[in-house]
Amino acid sequence: MQRGKIIESHWELLPHGADIGVRGIGGSKEEAFEQAAVALTAVITDPNSVAAKDEVEVTCDAHDDELLLVDWLNSLIYEMATRRMLFVRFEVHIEDHRLRAKAWGEAIDEHKHDFGVEVKGATCTELKVAQDQEGGWLAQCIVDV
Amino acid sequence: MELSRLQRRAENEWWIAPYGKMRVPAVIYASESLMREMDEKVYEQVTNVAMLPGIVKASYAMPDAHWGYGFPIGGVAAFDAEKGGVISAGGVGFDISCGVRTLLTSLSLAEISAKKDQLADALFHTIPAGVGSRGKLSLNEKEMNAMLTGGAKWAVGHGYGIREDLERVEEEGCIPAARPDEVSDRAKKRQREEMGTLGSGNHYLEVQHVAKIFDEKIAAAFELQQGDVVLSIHCGSRGLGHQIGTEFLTRMAAAAAQYGIELPDRDLACAPIYSPVGEAYLGAMRAAINCALANRQIITHLARQAFSEIFPKAELPLLYDVSHNTCKVEEHQLKGMPVRLFIHRKGATRAFGPGHPAVPEALRALGQPVLIGGTMGTASYVLSGTEKGMELAFGSACHGAGRSMSRHQALRQWRGSEVVQNLAGHGILIRSRSMRGIAEEAPGAYKDVSAVVEAADRAGLARTVARLEPVICIKG
Repeated sequence: MQRGKIIESHWELLPHGADIGVRGIGGSKEEAFEQAAVALTAVITDPNSVAAKDEVEVTCDAHDDELLLVDWLNSLIYEMATRRMLFVRFEVHIEDHRLRAKAWGEAIDEHKHDFGVEVKGATCTELKVAQDQEGGWLAQCIVDV
Repeated sequence: MELSRLQRRAENEWWIAPYGKMRVPAVIYASESLMREMDEKVYEQVTNVAMLPGIVKASYAMPDAHWGYGFPIGGVAAFDAEKGGVISAGGVGFDISCGVRTLLTSLSLAEISAKKDQLADALFHTIPAGVGSRGKLSLNEKEMNAMLTGGAKWAVGHGYGIREDLERVEEEGCIPAARPDEVSDRAKKRQREEMGTLGSGNHYLEVQHVAKIFDEKIAAAFELQQGDVVLSIHCGSRGLGHQIGTEFLTRMAAAAAQYGIELPDRDLACAPIYSPVGEAYLGAMRAAINCALANRQIITHLARQAFSEIFPKAELPLLYDVSHNTCKVEEHQLKGMPVRLFIHRKGATRAFGPGHPAVPEALRALGQPVLIGGTMGTASYVLSGTEKGMELAFGSACHGAGRSMSRHQALRQWRGSEVVQNLAGHGILIRSRSMRGIAEEAPGAYKDVSAVVEAADRAGLARTVARLEPVICIKG
């Protein structure tokens, strides 16, 4: 493993026939989870159109890192649906498959946000949380829309 | 899909003989060209389903099958509870009881033409649609439980629609044995303000005209004539169903391990039908079916209100309401014997043949209406169930066109405003709060619905009755 290499964290959307995949890349598992969450918002609307105004706390836990990613995304989907909010900035802490996070965003505003599609839930399809040889982390799965 | 591994048993019927851990064969109903276009993942998923305990006869895929999670979208599978059969949340899907309902309007295309814009605006303003939209009623805990138990029947009891509507809904508008107590507080909270909303994505409300009749006799019984205007609604159980699907996918993954069920794919998570988790899911899923039926019933009422603003004399009786993401207990014939089976249909429509007691009396001699939703630029279809379909895939047919292009690719290819303009040139009015949503749902991003319907018809799953073309589309 190469150490000290700086991994630029970013997110991607994965093409998938009926649904869509979210992928976060980062220098740590936490960063990859944060970026996957930005990708989740990008499925719904342009993250650049969302302001990080209000803070929401999220906690979840699972048997392994991969199911933790599914749980994390599902927790955000739930918070977005019930608070009618969109999130754009995240701070994730993971310890022994337990996740504590803060998410910042704002209320949904149809005049400000151009919507793609609502996300119904995260799935285990193409689910992967892994570290590559260069030390970078990847966190991805398909979400049902 | 690479076809050399399949055996073609008929023009539109492809078999995969059991190998490895498959307990039964897998059968795909489609034309050769649909098969060639079909995702390789469908092969993998339809064979994975064939490995599940208690599966009966075969694992099926409909002509519009595509890559889902666990089960393919367009998958049908029957399980025998007495033989260790399972129930799977991934075999139903997240949008539990998503479906299509079609209303007749007693108006002709010529009659609505002059007032098309007004009608589009009235529908758009009356029916909440799109990301984050709120319904007009908010349910407290007691009413939420009553709705989850009563379905469309509950909605009619609260003034949304008329009693006659219920005869034209599967399960007469209310599936029994729903268990609101098995629905989590989170699922109920997610639903609280979403009653009577369309949702987003491929969900819509469309005013359509009957463009072509294929079967005069059945069309007459369905009261469809060329040039008639109808209204169709495509939506499901909203946040409640999504949350139940999400929660049980995880609970079933744990249960499968506990019961020693080997899963070739985590999304195939399932539990024995006779197990605490299996029974809990059945109760919760049935509550979600009732939620979807109530939701479509409320939207029906809103659509009638909007219609009456523009056409005060119009009546909008219900032709039929189908659900295409369900697991239902049905009696089917196996080797001449009646057997009680748990039929999973994920992105597949129930299509009961003539004489089936579940078909409304007035239509029973002809078979159940099967409503297939298309895209906002192409067409939708009305089919009817056949006797042969009962044999082929437990009385099931396709559910729609199915995407051929990802949302991402569609966004790169089209602009929402151009799609709207282009459709306006074809006489189709689009109303939506989201231009990006329109681009993602562009008609070109979908497979040819006519080819899917033709394959279903030729395979014998259902008979084509009428083709409906859009006039107004309210998009979520």
